[in-house]
Amino acid sequence: MGNSIEVKDLTLNFGSVSVLKNMNLDVAEGEFVVLLGPSGCGKSTLLNCLAGLLDITDGQIWIKGKNVTWAEPSDRGIGMVFQSYALYPQMTVRGNLSFGLKNARVPQAEIDKRIARAAEILQIQPLLDRKPAALSGGQRQRVAIGRALVRDVDVFLFDEPLSNLDAKLRSELRVEIKRLHNQLGNTMVYVTHDQIEALTLADRIAVMKGGVIQQLAAPLEIYNRPANLFVAGFLGSPSMNFLKGRTVDGGRAFQFGSTKIDLAGYEGGAVLERDDAILGVRPEHITVSTTPIAGPSIPAEVEIDEHLGADSLLWLKAEGANLSVRVPVEGRLPAGTKVHLGLDIPKASLFDAKTEQRI
Amino acid sequence: MADLSMSSAMTGPRGARPKRALSPRNIMLYGILIVVCLYYLLPLYVMVMTSLKGMPEVRLGNIFAPPVEITFQPWVKAWSEACTGLNCDGLSRGFWNSVIITVPSVILSIAIASVNGYALINWKFKGSDIFFTILIFGSFIPYQIMLYPIVILLREMGLYGSLWGLVLVHSVFGMPILTLLFRNYFSSIPEELFKAARVDGAGFWGIYFRIMLPMSLPIFVVALILQVTGIWNDFLFGVVYTKPAYYPMTVQLNNIVNSVQGVKEYNVNMAATLLTGLVPLVVYFVSGKLFVRGIAAGAVKG
Repeated sequence: MGNSIEVKDLTLNFGSVSVLKNMNLDVAEGEFVVLLGPSGCGKSTLLNCLAGLLDITDGQIWIKGKNVTWAEPSDRGIGMVFQSYALYPQMTVRGNLSFGLKNARVPQAEIDKRIARAAEILQIQPLLDRKPAALSGGQRQRVAIGRALVRDVDVFLFDEPLSNLDAKLRSELRVEIKRLHNQLGNTMVYVTHDQIEALTLADRIAVMKGGVIQQLAAPLEIYNRPANLFVAGFLGSPSMNFLKGRTVDGGRAFQFGSTKIDLAGYEGGAVLERDDAILGVRPEHITVSTTPIAGPSIPAEVEIDEHLGADSLLWLKAEGANLSVRVPVEGRLPAGTKVHLGLDIPKASLFDAKTEQRI
Repeated sequence: MADLSMSSAMTGPRGARPKRALSPRNIMLYGILIVVCLYYLLPLYVMVMTSLKGMPEVRLGNIFAPPVEITFQPWVKAWSEACTGLNCDGLSRGFWNSVIITVPSVILSIAIASVNGYALINWKFKGSDIFFTILIFGSFIPYQIMLYPIVILLREMGLYGSLWGLVLVHSVFGMPILTLLFRNYFSSIPEELFKAARVDGAGFWGIYFRIMLPMSLPIFVVALILQVTGIWNDFLFGVVYTKPAYYPMTVQLNNIVNSVQGVKEYNVNMAATLLTGLVPLVVYFVSGKLFVRGIAAGAVKG
């Protein structure tokens, strides 16, 4: 399988502001890549560059083995879905779907065939003769996806397509997009700031910040083995607990305040002694016990107890740091309780505090 | 006792709060509105009444009195018989001149300005913002400053004294404000719509005609009203850049009203003035609703 999209040394400057910096990204055929990051990280900008809606400063973009760096958006073999749906309000759904095909002078019989197929896949047959104003948000986004679908292209670009929908519709359409991807097998590039969408949809996630891809890997890899502090803190809700300390005993243990934590089982292997290290542990990888536990444990005190429905969050104070721990509902403890915390070291991440990179 | 308190709870204030028709606020509000209405309507009333009277009745001086004997003779005279200089064919000549000036000027200026606004928002080029700033600056320069330079320009172009010269002047002078109007309106249309159309393979004109134009009826109506009234009511350019045979209606009206020989025919003057004002008035009434909507829509974003 070849690469569907290849971005080579892509640089984009707006005046003196550098938005994308020397970026390289390969997307395999049929792959679902999610660009994830906070607002202003350049993820939508990258997508617009792929679509040809922004002129890049330097570098190349290849789609399907063709250099499309200077090609018009319509000649790139892409379909695009926008956050605000961007349906043409004065046209019916059918008109919206056929607009691009008519511009490309596709014969009417072929247009009808493709619209019928797209309408069937997206289940919008009854809506074809309505205007966008008469559709609900979910229906509008379906039509917008349909507009990309009828173009019969290999690459779909999604620009935060679900951000304008309410929570229930969002999860429904999320599943639908995943189903669509399984069914059609197109290459999809999907921009979002919602980590749930990223984790559930993606084959690979590219976490971006400041116009640079911080880490490009499978969702679980990114969740379990974040490459740096930013990625570790960005994914997960509540975010990962960061314990500031140093590695001691030749890198075999982590000194956190007055507690020494044995690093046996940490997958990083050779950890040298460092004065500035950060141990990252996700809230679900900490166990709470009211009685002293075997092995290294951190004494802590419960400050706040948040009930989330399916489980609970305990906010604790330990060695002057604030920690959050996810516990089952029956594990809830009243504020002020003195507890001992056990860490799941094999699932933890160790970072260099200076470079912020994973050790 | 318990029953009583219960029923008073049920009979107490409930539902919408009653409004007093003659509250001090309403008296002030409607009082001022009525005064303002009279201020504007009274002159109109006097004009209409005077134009329907014969000269003997006008001479009596009761300007507020309705006509004893209604006559349309002043209207007929104003339209087709009143004399200006050597011509005695009334306002009709000026009316048709005005039509010939207004129609192409309005079409030309709106067509160019709408494309200007569209290009300035959606197809930004290097220096497009500076271009726009310079264009807007044009709307702050008093016309009088440019009167004579334009005479020279038109002379060099061979258009001085012709209808097309005047059409050109009107189109150019409408450009700053109209471009601003269209630019602001188009900027309120989501950019993603434009992007989607580009992905769908529509070009500069395709997007303009198929996407932007159908969504912009209100702003076109606003531009139409602004231009029709502006150009129809223009006096200065009409008198400076054309020759007597091409004088627009406003200039013709002035010449009729200010003609010095003979008696002042107030009834004819009133009828002539009403006739001249009729076209902008009709345009307002026909498209008033769209006008307000378009002004509001254009004003949201700047």
